[in-house]
Parts: sequence; C-alpha cells; structure tokens
Amino acid sequence: MRFLLIEDNADLARSVHERLEMDGHAVDHAATLSEADDHLAVAPYDLILLDITLPDGDGRAFLQRQRARKADTPVIVLTARSAVSDRVDTLDLGADDYLTKPFDFAELEARCRAVLRRRGGTVTNLQSYADLVFDPMGGFVSVAGENRDLRNRELRLLEVLLSAPGRILSKDQLCDRLFSLSEPVSDNAIEVYIARLRKKLEGSTARIETVRGLGYRLTGG
Amino acid sequence: MRAPSLRRRLVGQLIVLSAGLAIALYVAVRLGAERASEATLDGILGAATSTIAEELRSVEGGAELDLSPGTFSMLAAMGEERIFHRIDINGLPVTGYADLPLPPRAPTALQPVFYDAEYRDADLRLVAVARSLMIENRAAPVLVIVGQTREGQRAIALGLANRAAALGLAVFLFAIPFSLLSARTLLRPIGRLAEAVGRRGGHDLRPVRHPAPAELAPLVDQLNAFIARLRQTLAQTETFIAEAAHHIRTPLATLRSEAEMALRQAGDEPTRTRLRGMIRATEESARSANQLLDHATVLFRADQKAQDRVDLGAMARALADRFRPTADLKDMEIRLSLPEERLETSGDAVLIEAALRNLIDNALKYSPADSTVEISLVDDLGYARIEVTDRGRGLGGETQAALAQRFRRGPNVGGVVGSGLGLTIVSETATAMGGRFALAEREEGGTCATLWFPRSR
Repeated sequence: MRFLLIEDNADLARSVHERLEMDGHAVDHAATLSEADDHLAVAPYDLILLDITLPDGDGRAFLQRQRARKADTPVIVLTARSAVSDRVDTLDLGADDYLTKPFDFAELEARCRAVLRRRGGTVTNLQSYADLVFDPMGGFVSVAGENRDLRNRELRLLEVLLSAPGRILSKDQLCDRLFSLSEPVSDNAIEVYIARLRKKLEGSTARIETVRGLGYRLTGG
Repeated sequence: MRAPSLRRRLVGQLIVLSAGLAIALYVAVRLGAERASEATLDGILGAATSTIAEELRSVEGGAELDLSPGTFSMLAAMGEERIFHRIDINGLPVTGYADLPLPPRAPTALQPVFYDAEYRDADLRLVAVARSLMIENRAAPVLVIVGQTREGQRAIALGLANRAAALGLAVFLFAIPFSLLSARTLLRPIGRLAEAVGRRGGHDLRPVRHPAPAELAPLVDQLNAFIARLRQTLAQTETFIAEAAHHIRTPLATLRSEAEMALRQAGDEPTRTRLRGMIRATEESARSANQLLDHATVLFRADQKAQDRVDLGAMARALADRFRPTADLKDMEIRLSLPEERLETSGDAVLIEAALRNLIDNALKYSPADSTVEISLVDDLGYARIEVTDRGRGLGGETQAALAQRFRRGPNVGGVVGSGLGLTIVSETATAMGGRFALAEREEGGTCATLWFPRSR
C-alpha cells in the first residue's frame, strides 16, 4: 500500500512513517500542503493521511480542493482537534474517516481497511504462502482456492504470522499486535485465537506450530 | 430595585402639563372676560357721565340739567342695572344721592376717575367727571358722579368663566387619552427592539440590525459592541482550546507511536512492561483531555438551547458505522435496530451525538471480545427511546446516580482506561434536551443504557 502522510510535526511524521514501513507499506511524507500537491501530481496513492493544522493552510481546505477536482483518493484525517463539531465537519467535507491523536496503530489499520473496503477499490497486494492466499486489506483468505471466513482478530493473527514465516513469534509479540495495548489481556488469550485460526485453516498445507516455551511459527510444505 | 417606568413618567408629566395648561386657559379667559366687560362698562359709563356734565348749564342763581333721552338710552344699554348719580357744585351735593362715595382723588376736566365702591349693599362701578360752570359770573367747580351696579356684568363674566372652565376641563380630559396614546407610540420602538433582541435566542451572536430611533441608536451600538466582544471572547476560547488540544495531542501521538514501535522491538519483559505503562498513560491523558473538552462543550452548549431537527435513526446509523472498525478489533458486532418511520427530536445535534457516542464507546470498552452491542430506537409514548445494550460487566453494584457523578468510576472497571466523565456527559445532555437517562444491569449480564428524547413532529 502506498500512503501519503501529510503531517507537519517532524517527530510524529517520522514515527508514523517508520511504523507504516515496518508493516510493509510505502510512505511519502509531506510537511506542507504545497508539498502534498507536488507528491500528488507525480504519484498515485492508495490512501492519504491528513493532519488538519498545517503551516501553509487548513487540512480541511485541502480536502475540499481534492473533492472539488474529483480526486477520490481516500482520506483519513488525523486530527488533534477533538471538538465534536470539528469531527462532524471533517466528514461533511468529504473525509472518509478520522482519528483523533494520539491514535492506536491497530485502529488506524482497521480504519484504513474499512475505508478501502467501503470504496470497493481493494488493492490487490495478495500475499501467498503454501496454499494460502491472503488479501490483508480486503480481509479475504483462501485455502487451496477455497474461501475461508475469518474474523478480524484471526485475520490479524494470520497477517502477523505471514509477515515472518518460519520465524518464532513470542506470545507477547502476538499479543501486542492483536489486543489493544490499553486493555488488560489474560495470559491464555492468545492461545484461544491460535486455536481458532488453526481450525479455520484446517486442511491447509500451512501450519501454525507451537514452539514450547518460546511461541508460535508458521510453517508450510 | 427597578427604575420608574418611562411610560408612567411620560404619561404623568403630560397629564400634569395639560392640567397646567387647562388652568392657565381658564384663568386667562376669565381675567380677559372681566377686563373686557369692565372696559366696555367704563367706556359707556364715562361717555354718559361726560354727556351729563356737558349738559349742565348755568342758569340764574344755579345750574340746570337737561338730560337728553340719548344719555339715558346709553345707560339703559347696560342691562338690568341700577344707576346712581350725584352732582356737587362748589363741593356741595346739589342733586342725586348725596351719600354716593367720592372718588379717591379729584378728577380733572380731561381725566375722569373710575373707581369701585360699596354702596347700599351693592358693588358699584363709579365714574367722576369734573368741569367748571360759570355761576353768577364766578367759576364754580362741578363734580358729576355716576355709579352703576355690576350684577349684569358679573353674570356675563361668570358665564364666560364657566365656559372657560368647561373648555379647560375638555382640554384636560382630551389630554389624558392623548398622552396615554402618545406615550405608547413613543415607547413602541423600545418594546419592538426588546422583542427583536429577545426573539433571537442566546446563541445568536449576530449584530442587532433592527431599525431603532436615533435616541436608541447609542444603546443598540453599545449592545452590538458588546455582542462583538462576546463573540470574540468565545472565538478566542474556542481557538485556545483547539490550540491547547493540538499542542498536547501531537506530542502525545509521537510518544505513543514511538512507544508502540519500541514495544515491537523490545525483547525483555521489564522493558515491555514499562512501555505498556507508557502507552496506557498516553491513552489515559488523551482520553481525559477528550472527555474534559466534551464535558465543557456540554456545559457551554446546554445553555444555548439550540433547536436543530435531529434524525435519531440517521445519527445512530452513522455512529454505528463509525464504531464498526473499533468493534472489529475485538471481534465484536454492533447490531442496529431502527424503526421504519423517522424519529426526530429537536435539540442540539452536537450534544445528542456526544451522548450517544459515549454510550456506544462505553459498551464497546467494557464488553468482552466476540460479544454483541445492540443499539435500538423505538417510539415510546411521544418519546424517542434509544437503548444501547451490551453483555459486559454491568454496573458493579453502583447506582446510576453515583456513576453519573464526575470522575466517578465503578469498582469493576478493571484495567480499562477511562476518565469517569462519560456518563456525566450523557446524563447532563439528557437533562438539557428535556429527556431522561436510565442505566440498568441486565439479568443475563451486561448493561442497558436508555436515553429518551421528546419526539418532535
């Protein structure tokens, strides 16, 4: 996925940038609206992450301009303003969604997925492993050509395992990706989801192995 | 204490003024009538007396008076008056009423003297004329005095005075409704202006454009200046809050993002625990900032009595869509049950949205994974009833009233981050919108939060 991140705070921009790259996305960063226009002129993006308060103008004006020239790249507004009326405003101006800073990356991902699904323009960056085919954005999984219906947490667990096939991932690492960091999680919670995922992927050549005392890994023939 | 009513003062002053005018009119007419009748009387009396004096002729050894009929007819013209006369020659009365009072000073040949005196129980108007007559070849001073009662004159003057009094009273009586009417006409622009300002409602901060008379213009200008200042202050407050939020949240977002990445890379358990603590703390401070702002918004807007038409079904649907990705993260489902008819309430859309958002947020936050949150909207005897039910942990034995208190959280929140303001916002919004809020534990576990808003047609 190709993101355009429009954010003037250098620290936050760097952090979000790195974080998105860590998840395998391509990110261009614009610190101002004019930089953003320059980027948009030369490259297509799957999603724009837009800050509202920018040095050379209001992000909402940019949003209006985008919609006026029929550019329909989905926009998720990342706003530090939380006044209720601001939130309603951004949606009225044509934003696909908004998130209030500080935000949870898992939630950002979830909202990106939801927006892309809603737009119908699922990006075809299919991943395949063994006889698994996985579309992380569309939330679509097939085992040997047969569709399997996975719930959100199962999908994310599969996504994490697929990001490092063959490597051992600890319970903690999996927990961090699956559960909100601000909610308490019991020790065996991850085991429940591993069991569910195994069941959903039954019959696949890809298997989730338990490495006693260390964690889990995805292997496939 | 209130200042005296303008209207009462104006009417009072107009009535006092017209009473003064009526009295002045009466006095002027009465005095004028008296003067005029007296002057007429004096003229006739003087002319008759002079004629009498002229007609005195000296005869052998005395004087002779030969009164012409014209003189009498002149005196008779005065009406039913009694006439008295006295003629003195050489200072001695020779004819007429010898006791008729003498003038206060001696008249000359050219200047008759007019005077009033009491005589035989009657008020007399008298005139004395002097001349000299040659009697026995010696000039003898002659004094002719003619007096006349003044009953007829009095009667005329009284008639005139009565008419003057009637006129004055008429003027006064006319002045009362006229002053009431003119006070009302004069004060009407003030009433209209007050009404125009009153109709606007508290949240209308546009300048007053109502046409006002020149005398009220300074007041309207001051009012507009005040409104402008208020608007500026509110705008500054809003900007300040937005700025403050921006300046706190952006670094918090960086902190959280960095901590999340560090957590992804960290291996040892103590570091991970610390990083989780940091993330929770950022979450908590961001949430507190949010809820405090929301709460301030509720308090601020509740007084403004905005009357938007709010389509509750559409709002519930939009909120459910908005929360779905969040619910997905916990594999939770949001089930929406809306009526076919449109249920509307009239109130502040921003507040109602905040209340509903808080309820759904709570339901998702305190529910276990894989559970369902149901949002339903029904018509309930003229009220629109919205229920948000979850299969979460319930109220932990706390009462609704306790949980609606600021910063009060139940004993069973566990590790869930919260500010203790959510239910306060919901309950204050319900009250401000003329609705009601109820919170109950479900028998099968979980919580049912219900909001009622008056239905508008």
